[in-house]
Amino acid sequence: MEANPRSTGRLPAAFLTPGSSSFVDFLSEHQPELLPGNRQLPPVQGVIEAPHGTTIVAATFPGGVVLAGDRRATMGNMIAQRDIEKVFPADEHSAVGIAGTAGLAVEMVKLFQLELEHFEKVEGATLSLEGKANRLSTMIRSNLGMAMQGLAVVPLFVGYDLDREKGRIFSYDVTGGRSEEQGYAATGSGSIFARGSMKKLFRDDLSEEQATTLVVQALYDAADDDSATGGPDVARRIYPIVTVITDEGFRRLSDDEASEIARSVLERRLEQPDGPRAALL
Amino acid sequence: MSTPFYVSPQQAMADKAEYARKGIARGRSLVVLQYADGIVFVGENPSRALHKFSEIYDRIGFAAAGKYNEYENLRIGGVRYADLRGYTYDRDDVTARGLANVYAQTLGTIFSSAAEKPYEVELVVAEVGETPEGDQIYRLPHDGSIVDEHGSVAVGGNAEQISSYLDQRHEDGMSLAAALKLAVQALSREPNGGEREIPAGRLEVAVLDRTRPQQRKFKRIVGRQLARLLEADGAASAPTDAPSDEEEGEE
Repeated sequence: MEANPRSTGRLPAAFLTPGSSSFVDFLSEHQPELLPGNRQLPPVQGVIEAPHGTTIVAATFPGGVVLAGDRRATMGNMIAQRDIEKVFPADEHSAVGIAGTAGLAVEMVKLFQLELEHFEKVEGATLSLEGKANRLSTMIRSNLGMAMQGLAVVPLFVGYDLDREKGRIFSYDVTGGRSEEQGYAATGSGSIFARGSMKKLFRDDLSEEQATTLVVQALYDAADDDSATGGPDVARRIYPIVTVITDEGFRRLSDDEASEIARSVLERRLEQPDGPRAALL
Repeated sequence: MSTPFYVSPQQAMADKAEYARKGIARGRSLVVLQYADGIVFVGENPSRALHKFSEIYDRIGFAAAGKYNEYENLRIGGVRYADLRGYTYDRDDVTARGLANVYAQTLGTIFSSAAEKPYEVELVVAEVGETPEGDQIYRLPHDGSIVDEHGSVAVGGNAEQISSYLDQRHEDGMSLAAALKLAVQALSREPNGGEREIPAGRLEVAVLDRTRPQQRKFKRIVGRQLARLLEADGAASAPTDAPSDEEEGEE
């Protein structure tokens, strides 16, 4: 409103025109310059240096899904931030965790949250989980120009599907390609190690508590082998962000809960640095 | 071309106001009341899908009486205004006062424009504060004026009668059950002085609850929860009062 004041101060016609329930559609008609996808980068040589978020992991369990992320942001070989938050609630029953260029990712999440909230308020009903996942796909695709210049954003989207009564995980690539993952998934620089870890530890009958331990183990393994992923920082009391989504909604584990899991994992690792062993056969 | 009849501006405005008032009075009344933990919206609405109350933003709710398509337009405009403002600045920068102002300008411009027919709507914009003192309720009649209300407000139908009934009986710090009961009593009053029964299934109830842990404080009260609150009167309301008092003490 303030950006283009009208003499009367009344709502501009675009605000009162019936039509799309999408906030992004409204923005693209009314104030397209505010949309991240409409920004043109000046031509630059080489890669732009900007803080980069690293590893995100997710796993389902009967009754829900957990999503967790480490706390490190890197810029080249520097640690840009030790306590960055990369896991956010998208709405009451879904969450998104982001790896990639932190600044763009946070903006994308903000717009995504607003998109879901806006739809819910205008329509009086929430989007289906598939619908939410597709909206996110479109938003990642609109960032493709930036991604080509090294400013990619690659999220993991998880949610509790109220119709199917189970937790679901969606992973994305830089072009917005979306695929549903069964059981567990990871994204970001440490994802290879995290996925390997979960591959050996995941079972489909985990309890909620076991699932939260599983993702912390996976993040530990990622941090163990990937310099860009941060492990639990005992000295500064910085622990991974762990969130749980069940039919009761989104819940982020408190610092105390997260630290308890991280510390118990750490304690076991003091005896077994490589973590729990899976059976050979 | 034939010369149009001269109509004095006073007469033109009076006619428009009369037109809008009649349209608004045709709809059913709704009331908005402050209670200890927030603001409650109560109205009679046979439809489950077409709401009279809705969420605009974190702490801001919207209620409207009158013509559905007109207030629905204004509601969506308000949601777009609030979301755009929150996106450009910050969630804290979206206020009921700002929104009420925009609505007043919109309604006022439409009302005084010769080319448009006045909107047959009366709106209420309410914002729940951290404490009852921080609560804000604005009533926006069809002509673009703003009335800053305290305690209780009624719009639509025989709003005047209901308002005076509420003014005499509404107290600060009522429990939700007590406020709801008072609201239903007020809505049940007929213009001729009689009373009629409003079944729970025809009630639309929503609250802006400041004790809700979520950022978004708006919540519809339906089904069993509504039935429980409606039953809780007299002795039964005591236990529902107790926790809310405690929560108040914490603030």
